[in-house]
Amino acid sequence: MRMFLCCLMALGVLIAPLPAPAGDGRHITIAAAADLRFAMDAIVASYRQEHSRDVIDVVYGSSGKLLTQIEQGAPFELFFSADSGYPQQLVAHGQAGGQPVPYALGGIVLWSASIDMRKVWVEDLLQPRFGRIAIANPQHAPYGKRAEQALRKAGIWDQLQSRLVYGENVAQTAQFAQSGNARVGIVAQSLVVDPAMAGGSYVEVPPTDYEPLQQSFVLTRHGAGNPLARDFAHYVQGARARGILVRYGFHLPDAAGG
Amino acid sequence: MPLLSPQDLQAFGLTLRLAATVTVLLLVLGTPLAWWLALTRSRWQRPVAAVVALPLVLPPTVLGFYLLLLLGPHSVVGHLMAAVGLSALPFTFAGLVVASMLYSLPFVVQPLHNAFESVGTRPLEAAACLRAGPLDCFFSVALPQAMPGFVTATVLGFAHTVGEFGVVLMIGGNIPGRTRVLSLRIYDHVEAGEYHQAHMLSLCLLVFSFSALLAMSLLRPRRRQRG
Repeated sequence: MRMFLCCLMALGVLIAPLPAPAGDGRHITIAAAADLRFAMDAIVASYRQEHSRDVIDVVYGSSGKLLTQIEQGAPFELFFSADSGYPQQLVAHGQAGGQPVPYALGGIVLWSASIDMRKVWVEDLLQPRFGRIAIANPQHAPYGKRAEQALRKAGIWDQLQSRLVYGENVAQTAQFAQSGNARVGIVAQSLVVDPAMAGGSYVEVPPTDYEPLQQSFVLTRHGAGNPLARDFAHYVQGARARGILVRYGFHLPDAAGG
Repeated sequence: MPLLSPQDLQAFGLTLRLAATVTVLLLVLGTPLAWWLALTRSRWQRPVAAVVALPLVLPPTVLGFYLLLLLGPHSVVGHLMAAVGLSALPFTFAGLVVASMLYSLPFVVQPLHNAFESVGTRPLEAAACLRAGPLDCFFSVALPQAMPGFVTATVLGFAHTVGEFGVVLMIGGNIPGRTRVLSLRIYDHVEAGEYHQAHMLSLCLLVFSFSALLAMSLLRPRRRQRG
């Protein structure tokens, strides 16, 4: 009995509010598509080298899921989507604080940890040696949608159904392939630069096989008027951030769009 | 490499705070509910008991989905809260508390219900004959006798809240410092291929869960074997 009361008191102590995080700098939270997992970390690190007092938290997920969360009131100041459709929806629903800005063009690759993929075509995936194939969920992940388009274009979507496994977003899809649980993953080119995926091989899917992955970001209504959100949006369009995006396998909209 | 990064520690602290808040609130609200369930002869007893048990069998995503709709800014609750100047519950710590309370409800109420039931009405009737008021009956007779149930309820409620994933993912939004609890942090680490950090945190949770269950059986007064 006495012991139990002691435990209860310990619980009471835990409830006491945590001390507010130190630092008088500015703070924003960004919602970013999962294909940005490494590139965005690098851009934020680069930004913070110049502005060490600003704090930028990044939450990664599939673009569709993040859009739903923002529409339900999630406190994100900026939304980086893997395609331009979702930011446009945000604008259409009156939940944006500005117009979408294209920042990069993404590509999809076939990646495998165990099979040499360098001379593989999409059509070849029908061969049983490729085993399970991981793609992102086409319902709410732009990379999944593009993977589906490429497989349909190759005419093998229907036959492959029983061998497809679906990642919740493109980073999880890459994880399925990286851990070997799926022999092949159709993933973002920006993710294969990760050292954890360096052991595998990949081949680019021809961009003509799928709709362009026009990556766009937009200021949310919650972030409108936030000076740090505006500064960071500006920074992402600058030379240094663009250099990082290219290093992580993105193409730039001007160069690619023509 | 440090064992736990500051962000990991932040998730750790947040998880403990969430679990403690939820456990205390559930003990306060769950005790009268369990008491009523144990003693009432109302025909509502069984339906209410079934509702309390629902989170045991519902997929957490179903619970998270309905809570998101029920508490979101476009819902009745959301409009009411906006009217009094409060922000909507999803993606806030308070939202996590509400969701976790529902999610862990059966783990607190059921042990209490069973404990009160096994105390039975006879000690209470005896106390009443000795002119104890209803409150006195409850605090001097029922509560001490139901103590093992309270220990179980506290440990299970706390541990179950620490371990939840689906509901907090749906309603929390994985926001650092506010709703990014341990289980979400582990999910993040795995997705980023940071297996080392995922291992560290998972190990913490494993050790914690085992200790909680062990502590529960140690805290319980041992029953005598029947001859």
